[in-house]
Amino acid sequence: MSQVEQKTKTRLLRDKSFWSAFLIGVAVMAAVDEIVFHQILGWHHFYDRATPEIGLLSDGLLHSAELIALVAGFFLLADARRRESFSPVAGWAGCFVGSGLFQLWDGIVDHKVFRIHQVRYEVELLPYDIAWNAFGLILLTVGIGLSLREARRRSRD
Amino acid sequence: MIDDFDTHATHAPVTLTLGLILVLPVVAAAVAYVASAVIEIRSKKRGWPIYRVALWLLGLMVVALTLVGPLAERSHTDFFAHMATHLMVGMLAPLLLVCAAPLTLALRTLSVDPARRLSRLLKSWPLRFLTHPIPAAAINIGSLWFVYASPLSSMMFSNPLFHYFLLIHFFIAGYLFTASLVSVDPTPHPVGFPLRTAVLLVAIAGHSILAKYIYAHPPQGTTAISAEPGGVLMYYGGDLLELALLVVFFTQWYRAAGRRLLSSAPGARLQASPRPAL
Repeated sequence: MSQVEQKTKTRLLRDKSFWSAFLIGVAVMAAVDEIVFHQILGWHHFYDRATPEIGLLSDGLLHSAELIALVAGFFLLADARRRESFSPVAGWAGCFVGSGLFQLWDGIVDHKVFRIHQVRYEVELLPYDIAWNAFGLILLTVGIGLSLREARRRSRD
Repeated sequence: MIDDFDTHATHAPVTLTLGLILVLPVVAAAVAYVASAVIEIRSKKRGWPIYRVALWLLGLMVVALTLVGPLAERSHTDFFAHMATHLMVGMLAPLLLVCAAPLTLALRTLSVDPARRLSRLLKSWPLRFLTHPIPAAAINIGSLWFVYASPLSSMMFSNPLFHYFLLIHFFIAGYLFTASLVSVDPTPHPVGFPLRTAVLLVAIAGHSILAKYIYAHPPQGTTAISAEPGGVLMYYGGDLLELALLVVFFTQWYRAAGRRLLSSAPGARLQASPRPAL
């Protein structure tokens, strides 16, 4: 079997292009949250003192994972490229799925389950929560759409 | 208030003398490294990269700035300045110094007997234990929590001798931690990338959680006014330095993966550096 055939037969969920970009997607979304909402808008602070201990622990692990994902993602992407097995569509699919899942995780688990912080304070929260999670859902839908298209193309070839 | 000018004034002569004494080994380390590097470069057999000499000198300069000078003076009384010295001596300097590969240089330039003694020392069980990523990370992060969440934190502002002791401890713990993760020098036990990544995940989380803890619970001997900016500096400054550590760490992974790829498929077209990682 030639290398080209082998490449198209690789299942999308075992593809380095998908997972490296997935990590970058997660990390970029987390970085956007930190830079835009924590620092520029200042809607929620990096620590609001009302956070329970478990929230602090979860937030710390998430932050650590985000830093590692950012660097690991770019190096894995470079590795996929030098193996000449990089597929841009699979990459974008991974990036959208990663960023969408992170946005939903942050909106549902962090904000609502562990109550680490809220999107904004001293305002009616519901529209903000809906916008936050709807945005995550759109990203995730685009990512799943691209993944399905790429998976179908691979099974057809 | 802790950063009271009187306290500052009474500490000054003591800290200056202590600082100058502690700078002596730093200068000795610079001289020894540069002399060894010159011998290597002159011998022309293998040479020694200039960037490593630069990394070594930069790392030592960072250490020296925490021992003498305006920042060092302020760090004995002011929590924000103390936190800056903590980041410099415990994270920035170790990364620069580890990347300068001092042990490799020493093993190359020492004559046979001292080189053997050094390599025996590196293989001894206490060092084998201390340079494993798990104990190294536990000591590094554990001692930070132990200091900042206990009455010890007030002692570092009332007793300059203790503050210097802490700086030395942070440096040694930080160096062992960095060296256990980033293997530029020969290590007694090669530890796989997955385990080292897991250790990094926990260690970075531990550092960022402590930064928020300090922000919310000012350590004894500090006030909220100095603990808040100190915690924020620890959080974001720590992030930048951890990012730098991660870039070095994954560069090594990338090169190791490239070497494996090259040996499994010799005809493959790829750019794997045959040089040792960083």
